Amino acid sequence: MADEVILLDYWPSMFGMRTKMALAEKGVKYEYKETDPWVKTSLLLEMNPIHKKIPVLIHNAKPICESLIQLEYIDEVWSDAYTILPSDPYQKSQARFWADFIDKKFYDPSWKVWATMGEEHAAAKKELLEHFKTLETELGDKSYYGGEVFGYVDIALMGYYSWFKAMEKFGEFSIETEFPKLTTWTKRCLKRESVVKALADSDRIIEYVYVMRKKFGAE
Amino acid sequence: MATEDVKLIGSWASVFVMRAKIALHLKSISYEFLQETFGSKSELLLKSNPVHKKMPVLIHADKPVCESNIIVQYIDEAWNSSGPSILPSHPYDRAIARFWAAYIDDQWFISLRSILTAQGEEEKKASIAQVEERTELLEKAFNDCSKGKPFFNGDHIGYLDIALGSFLGWWRVVELDANHKFLDETKTPSLAKWAERFCDDPAVKPIMPEITKLAEFARKLFPKPQA
Repeated sequence: MADEVILLDYWPSMFGMRTKMALAEKGVKYEYKETDPWVKTSLLLEMNPIHKKIPVLIHNAKPICESLIQLEYIDEVWSDAYTILPSDPYQKSQARFWADFIDKKFYDPSWKVWATMGEEHAAAKKELLEHFKTLETELGDKSYYGGEVFGYVDIALMGYYSWFKAMEKFGEFSIETEFPKLTTWTKRCLKRESVVKALADSDRIIEYVYVMRKKFGAE
Repeated sequence: MATEDVKLIGSWASVFVMRAKIALHLKSISYEFLQETFGSKSELLLKSNPVHKKMPVLIHADKPVCESNIIVQYIDEAWNSSGPSILPSHPYDRAIARFWAAYIDDQWFISLRSILTAQGEEEKKASIAQVEERTELLEKAFNDCSKGKPFFNGDHIGYLDIALGSFLGWWRVVELDANHKFLDETKTPSLAKWAERFCDDPAVKPIMPEITKLAEFARKLFPKPQA
């Protein structure tokens, strides 16, 4: 029986971009369904009743929610193709740690830096730069976060790449100036077709951010 | 099996530390427990977890692993040939277990904790209502995951049992503090029975902290404002 894979996603979502990268790395054919999370369609509510959010990966009618969980699922199901997570348990634990860091710590200031004003904005910028520094240090001179091979943490962070320009613009800093190792790493990742095809246009994201800023009252 | 160098940095009262302990017990791994002093962080903790500076930290052959759910998965994978499997074997079941474990930490635990930190009766009532709502979802999740078996993981305790079960001591403390029962034979029949089974499990029973000791500790951690 052929696999039926559907991805419910919204074009600007950094989380959806991760899942798209993983599916592409594995050569998995899937149907993409553009799903605006602000419009709760019956399919979205049925597939993700708890969080009502995208992305939702639907494999043979069974939903898998949360992008990092989707990455592990994709890696385990399509296990004969390119491996996303390292096989060594310790390396795997480190990969999970850094992906978790990105979502637990990096995520909040990454949007607050464009969504807020005044003191809140200043605090978000400070925190964001600190986390970028931590990620720069962790990367060090490695080609990828896992070493020589593109994998889980690279996908987790590159999901945010389309939003970097917006962070720089509203945070008033330059990633290239402040974080040269990360910059080299992004250029290396951008050589991969799976990455390029998954990303949204950075300028289109900035237009989207202007719309969202009005919603948040930051314009 | 050769004794491996395993250390666990933590505290007797911590839910997250307990997860690591249960996993180690399930796999029959000997380890050295390094109790942190309340109110301060040891040099070893700060060195082993410089990013978050939090416990638990598992140190295996001098290599630190941080974050309780990541530690539990590491224990399962590093000692995969000993003891029962902690994660389910099927990828879909693993995804579901991971989903609910994340829900427990990101949503359910936050509302449980907010009962203890609530300022005033109105806030407390709202937090209680939120925990009730979220616990109902966990009751349904239990029925879906267990498929009639005694634990979330089936015949024996696993990842999701550990994720929620380690809260049982503190959950009881919150029930007593709020004078409100969440785990109840009428409201949450499946979870109520599961809780008893979990606490009775040989991997859990010796390490579940005493409720009175926890309640005393809770009073230190969450002091009540003076009337």
